[in-house]
Amino acid sequence: MWTWFYRLASPPSVYRIAAVATPWLLAGALLAIAYGTIDGLAFAPPDYQQGDAFRIIYVHAPSAWLSLFGYMVMAVTGAIGLIWRIKMGYAVAAASAPIGASFTVLALVTGSLWGRPMWGTYWAWDPRLTSELILLFLYVGVMSLRSAFEDPARGDRAAALLAVVGVVNVPIIHYSVQWWNSLHQGATVAKMGKPEMPGSMLWPLLSMMLGFMLFYAAVLSMRVRGEVLNRERQSAWVRAAVE
Amino acid sequence: MSDGFWQMGGYARFVWPCFALAGLVLAWNLWAARRHHAAARRRVQRALAMNPGGDA
Repeated sequence: MWTWFYRLASPPSVYRIAAVATPWLLAGALLAIAYGTIDGLAFAPPDYQQGDAFRIIYVHAPSAWLSLFGYMVMAVTGAIGLIWRIKMGYAVAAASAPIGASFTVLALVTGSLWGRPMWGTYWAWDPRLTSELILLFLYVGVMSLRSAFEDPARGDRAAALLAVVGVVNVPIIHYSVQWWNSLHQGATVAKMGKPEMPGSMLWPLLSMMLGFMLFYAAVLSMRVRGEVLNRERQSAWVRAAVE
Repeated sequence: MSDGFWQMGGYARFVWPCFALAGLVLAWNLWAARRHHAAARRRVQRALAMNPGGDA
């Protein structure tokens, strides 16, 4: 099993699999996002309390989810690189960082635009908002640390270590609305047994979640291919692949 | 589309910028990922052109 895993995680395999998967992931993402956007904006009924402002959830919740997921991918693959010295772990971690950071910015800005009409302010030092902002700082810190070293291998190790330490912030973000008094609303989708939304509002949201996840996977695949070329440019197989 | 749709029940100035920004972030990610891969590819090709027989 380990032999199979090491073979699958080898740079040529990752490069080839990513090339095949990217167009399919992208096509699925665009379909799901198109359906979710149209259904969410045009057909889902307005919320009885928040009116049409609730439609911001269709971009806010998927981006907030991806900000956490992207971080977990970065930390777990960084840890794989640190523990098992699998080079592809560092490559995936490096590829995930800018994507996750961009979705963290999107989550913060859309949350802020949603907060203004609902809470009367664009920003409050609320536990959920503050911990999400710290997540953005962690992303920036990890990316900066990686590029701060002349030796890329040392940069990879230092960035992976910071990413692993920063994982402590992920459950804080997730449970902040339960642990402390928060302006932010509680979970609506996570309660799959009994979601608090009717189907007409929930389906477009699930479609957007799926679409954003597929989009993340597609963009991650593209970035990982670039990382593989950068890191393996001395290898004969890279020369053959590029020629 | 009716005016009501574009006005979003009076929340248009909050809803539409969110969707516009989401579109921008998705587009930027796609463009940046393609650029990242293309730049890496060009680096390898340049190294190959300078030293066709040896290490890239």
